[in-house]
Amino acid sequence: MNLASKDIRHNLGRFALTTFGIGMLLMVVMGMGGIYRGIEEDATLLVDRIGADLWVVQRNTEGPFAEVSRVPRNLVDRVLAVPGVGTSREFVYHTIQRERGGKLLRIAVLGLSWPTDKGEWTPLIAGRTLAQNHFEMIVDESLGIHLGETIKLGKDTYTAVGMTEGMLSLNGDGLALFTTADALAIQFDTPGEAVRLERAAREARGERYELALVQPTLLEQALKPSAELPAIAPPQLSAVMVGVAASADANRVADTINGWGDVSVYTRRGQRELLIKGLVDKVRRQIGLFRILLTIIAGIIMALILYTLTLDKIHSIALLKLIGAPNAVIMGLIMQQALVLGVLGFGIAYLIGQKVFPMFPRRVILTPDDLMQLAVVVLIISVASSLLGIWKAMRVSPNEALS
Amino acid sequence: MSSPKTQNPFAIETQELTKVYGSGNTEVIAMRDASMQVRRGEVVALLGPSGSGKSTFLTAVGLINPPTSGRVFIGGQLTFDGPRARTNLRTYRRRHIGFVFQKSNLIPFLTAIENVQIALELNGQTSAAARRRALELLDYLGVADRADNRPSMLSGGQQQRVAVARALANQPSVVLADEPTAALDSHRGRQVMELFAQVAHEQGAGVIVVTHDQRALDIFDTIYEMEDGLMRKRQPQTNEP
Repeated sequence: MNLASKDIRHNLGRFALTTFGIGMLLMVVMGMGGIYRGIEEDATLLVDRIGADLWVVQRNTEGPFAEVSRVPRNLVDRVLAVPGVGTSREFVYHTIQRERGGKLLRIAVLGLSWPTDKGEWTPLIAGRTLAQNHFEMIVDESLGIHLGETIKLGKDTYTAVGMTEGMLSLNGDGLALFTTADALAIQFDTPGEAVRLERAAREARGERYELALVQPTLLEQALKPSAELPAIAPPQLSAVMVGVAASADANRVADTINGWGDVSVYTRRGQRELLIKGLVDKVRRQIGLFRILLTIIAGIIMALILYTLTLDKIHSIALLKLIGAPNAVIMGLIMQQALVLGVLGFGIAYLIGQKVFPMFPRRVILTPDDLMQLAVVVLIISVASSLLGIWKAMRVSPNEALS
Repeated sequence: MSSPKTQNPFAIETQELTKVYGSGNTEVIAMRDASMQVRRGEVVALLGPSGSGKSTFLTAVGLINPPTSGRVFIGGQLTFDGPRARTNLRTYRRRHIGFVFQKSNLIPFLTAIENVQIALELNGQTSAAARRRALELLDYLGVADRADNRPSMLSGGQQQRVAVARALANQPSVVLADEPTAALDSHRGRQVMELFAQVAHEQGAGVIVVTHDQRALDIFDTIYEMEDGLMRKRQPQTNEP
């Protein structure tokens, strides 16, 4: 006869409510782990998916995800000339915030190196990849921009031609992929008045120099758009992504490029580690500590509940002892209830979490490994929390059945 | 462990049991030199006012509370030698002693049949066999129709009969009852007392019943009285008012 199940059935309402409470608590523990995984996944998503073997960034910086990195556009061609380099692509990445429909819209803008990279590596769920050099974009569904919809950014209007799922930036903002030219145009968009003021300032500066005075056509040149002036450099890139040829050694290629004085090179793994250590580590530790605290609290609450359930059964336990029940029977009664409480609580946490977590503003990712780890922890705290009740039960004298 | 049922004529034997609670100025002697012999099949009544030491004696014989001094034999087996246990008390209780109390003392989360069944299962019977035997006992005691009810759904008399069924489930060599009829009307009370006598005679068990009920004394073979911790034996008086 299973005494634990008989007792649970007798106090079904109370036990169910308790289990639900434990389940909600465990759901928070589960959710905290899922939030961390979500942050980690978001942080490393681009590095993992974009398919670059090496990242060439501004010297002594840790890459475009960690800090501002500026490299000239011609670095793409310099890198391509290095033996062992298969592909070399521009990388432009920045975040913009606009108001749309009365709500703030944050977009992580990613430039694709047209025509080498049209976004084939993105997980498209609708539409297509980029088909022209300008005015098209691939958007993540989290941005709320529909396929075929247009949006004005800077002076130009862009059409959503493709939709992705789960393509988020480090901060959880949806990614929008443009060609590099468009991404730079969005980043360095300047209002017409500012352009006019800059040209006037340029002319005023020129008038003070003797060379401009003796050669007046120079002043006319200064009034042209910046892009048409060879002396003014075009906008810079955030980084250059390198694909190493199949037969080449990535480390050797990296060493070669690292020898240049103006850039630093990271492997994909190195860039990933920098991201995790630099940007995610504090979050990980914070969430980790919070999870530990919650787990301890869950354990204490379970212990108190089991202790209370045991106190309610003191007379029955004394009676069982009086009629000769071995300690194993009484310990089994309490421990089985603790395990049922833990297992059902875990199940409730998982089921409710599946419904609730997708509503969170940031991704909550439950990995099988994390779930397994939490299941083991729940089993351990279930057993541990039953010890207080067992300790109390072991101290009960059969005499108490007579009182 | 020797079988108490075959080797010794006495189901219960106590030798000069003394129980002292506290020490120094707070010392209370609850029982002094209490000796008793109960043969197999004998039904003994233990009378006395509240606080006279009856329950202390019963808990010592029931292997619950050790005496301060003296010895307890159950079926010839020495169980307490002074405060020292000479056997595994819980196992011995499970196999050889049945208890019935003033309150029915059933486990509230088990049904009537399960309350009896648990005593049998603890003694190693299979669930099916235990259930059959439990149902037989409940039927014998006239409560089989309430087998699947929890104690809270039973009347006081029905609860007490279930408790008796549980006490008798393992065919114990000793049955100890502490005011088992206190919660019953006189008719039901007498029925329960007669049941103890029947069990003692049919199963050869030694039965000690602590009671205040003077009306059923004719049922008992021997009567002991306790007062201020002292025990004395008197002859049964069949027609005592």
